[in-house]
Amino acid sequence: METETPLIEFRNVTKRFNGKTVLDNINLSIYENQVTTIIGKSGTGKSVLLKHIIGLLRPDEGTILFQGKPVNEMKRAEWEGHRKEIAFLFQNNALFDSMTVFDNVAFPLRQTTKLSKSEIEKRAMKRIEDLELGEAIGKFPSELSGGMQKRVALARALVTDPRIVLFDEPTTGQDPIRKNMILSMIIHYRKKFGFTAVMISHDIPDVFFISDRVIILWEGSVGFQGPYEEALRLKVPMIEEFLRSLDGFEDELTGLLSREAFKMHYVALLGNTSMEKTSAALLSVRLNILQEAIGAQASLEFLKALGQYTNQYFNNIGGFSARHSRDEILTIFPRTDLGEARKLVRDFSKKLENGVIERIKDVVLAGSGAETCFDIYMHAGITEVSPDDSIEQIIEKGRARQEIISKHRCDFGGKE
Amino acid sequence: MQGENEFSGKTVPSPERPGIVVSFFAPIGAFAIRIIGNFGAIAIFFFLAFINIFRSKQIREITSQTYYIGAKSSLIVMLVALFTGMVLGLQLFYTLVKFGSVGALGSAISLSLVRELGPVLTAIMIAARAGSAMAAEIGILRNSEQIDALYAMGIDPLRYLISPRIAASIISFPLLTAFFDLVGIIGGYITGVVLLGTNAGTYFYRVQSSLDLVDVRGGFVKALVFGAIVSCICCFQGYFCHMRKDGFGAKSVGLATVSAVVISCVLILVSDYVVTSFLM
Repeated sequence: METETPLIEFRNVTKRFNGKTVLDNINLSIYENQVTTIIGKSGTGKSVLLKHIIGLLRPDEGTILFQGKPVNEMKRAEWEGHRKEIAFLFQNNALFDSMTVFDNVAFPLRQTTKLSKSEIEKRAMKRIEDLELGEAIGKFPSELSGGMQKRVALARALVTDPRIVLFDEPTTGQDPIRKNMILSMIIHYRKKFGFTAVMISHDIPDVFFISDRVIILWEGSVGFQGPYEEALRLKVPMIEEFLRSLDGFEDELTGLLSREAFKMHYVALLGNTSMEKTSAALLSVRLNILQEAIGAQASLEFLKALGQYTNQYFNNIGGFSARHSRDEILTIFPRTDLGEARKLVRDFSKKLENGVIERIKDVVLAGSGAETCFDIYMHAGITEVSPDDSIEQIIEKGRARQEIISKHRCDFGGKE
Repeated sequence: MQGENEFSGKTVPSPERPGIVVSFFAPIGAFAIRIIGNFGAIAIFFFLAFINIFRSKQIREITSQTYYIGAKSSLIVMLVALFTGMVLGLQLFYTLVKFGSVGALGSAISLSLVRELGPVLTAIMIAARAGSAMAAEIGILRNSEQIDALYAMGIDPLRYLISPRIAASIISFPLLTAFFDLVGIIGGYITGVVLLGTNAGTYFYRVQSSLDLVDVRGGFVKALVFGAIVSCICCFQGYFCHMRKDGFGAKSVGLATVSAVVISCVLILVSDYVVTSFLM
């Protein structure tokens, strides 16, 4: 994928404000028709980076290339042509506060197109309805909640059907349901219109579910760029520190232990227990396939329910679990041999139907229509744990032994 | 001066301190460079905004701004004009009485108003009313990233925000000045004729006979110049309020508004002198 010419490329870009270097010799690539998420602590230059893409800021040093051509060598008309294909969702929404919601959404069409009045109205209304803003149509931005303002800004950004959409923290200030709705909508529109999305977000790990690539900004430099799974595999201190800084004690989505907390439990186990009788199970579901079938929001709900149920089920028998990639949960069973672990997992899989699948049915049906039926295949890799095993080695062993432990279908219930 | 390099032990030249003369003049020079730079920036800003007046989709915004700057300022302008004319009538009547030339009251009032007071006072009134609003409104748009949002949508902020205001000012200033002149002459009539008993026929005959087209044209030219100056300065101050070094956020908007009105008033008087000297 990454051998192709990037849609947008930063080459040795440096930006300073009042002598302070915000972007320091940045090199990064953004590819067409992908969702690229930029993450980093506050003040690391994420918004500054986004503003460089649209031309609101210009680099002090270095070059920005658009489809392989340096922007600073483009003629004004050529650059303006590209720029009009980009939409920007501002962090603070930047809605026109003297205009109503409808006028805000219709404004780009009125100003930049020659569409008829009725066509503009039709398109603006479509976006307003897509984002459930029908009630707010005649209101001014100051009369709306923060979440609604964000959705108005999103409707305005998407109303011109842009080729590239830059999202500066699109889910900030939203409740969990709206947050998932916005992320689902980004996926939905990307599929429908095929735009390239560049997104800044702090909603980790939710945002990784929709991201093809991740760029980690660290103190003004690019700490990592590539797929999320690769970011976790690599042991670059910068990335480790960053991920550690994001980890709380619990995984926010699933309620499972954070990776750091899991590691602490494991280290404690190594110190206190004989490891002769310890086993582990790597539970997983193919989230990409699931997402295609039932949508992003329902996939998230599924993962959330699975995490909560796993926690509840295995905690009662002394196990502990954490999510180690976006769709893999590792559970350690202390003082449990392989045979016992297999039995535990088999029992667990049988009860999944009531514990997890029933909980997500409503979400799936509400999101995709009553006629939709879905298949969910649960995988597990059960393995013994030896005292020398690191967590990464246990995961590798679990991956090598993956097998389907249960199949769930909306109309016939879970089957082994 | 020489200093010692702590690593090599060799002596290396240290940078020389500036002398007293340089220390004294350097800030003045920096100030002068800043002022000249600002004038250059304002000139470019005005030029770019002016050429955008003639782009498509401008009529609606220009009309709306003309209503706000022109029509909505007309009442206050006429009120000021009425009392200015009345005060002029009063002052000039008692001055002319001393010379036995009360008959020239109409000439004195009309010439003062049409040549000087009409354009200048109208411009100052509009700068205070509409100019301050322009600076504050644009400043808030800037601070809330609404100007960046326009740019991001592919809409030139100069075209959408600044050009209509400049066009509306260029249209409104001469019209409001004409109203000012007319109402001011009526004000002079009220004090001179109605209250103090000067002959009405003489008053209007003097107004008519002393005013030439040259006077009216001069006042018109001044109104155009003041319109361009006030709108340009006020919009410029608001548009670049985020670059002020003396304040940020809401404070920068307040400071931009104050600067807009003060600079506009000063430039109105300076340019009045310059234009008058060309017209004389």
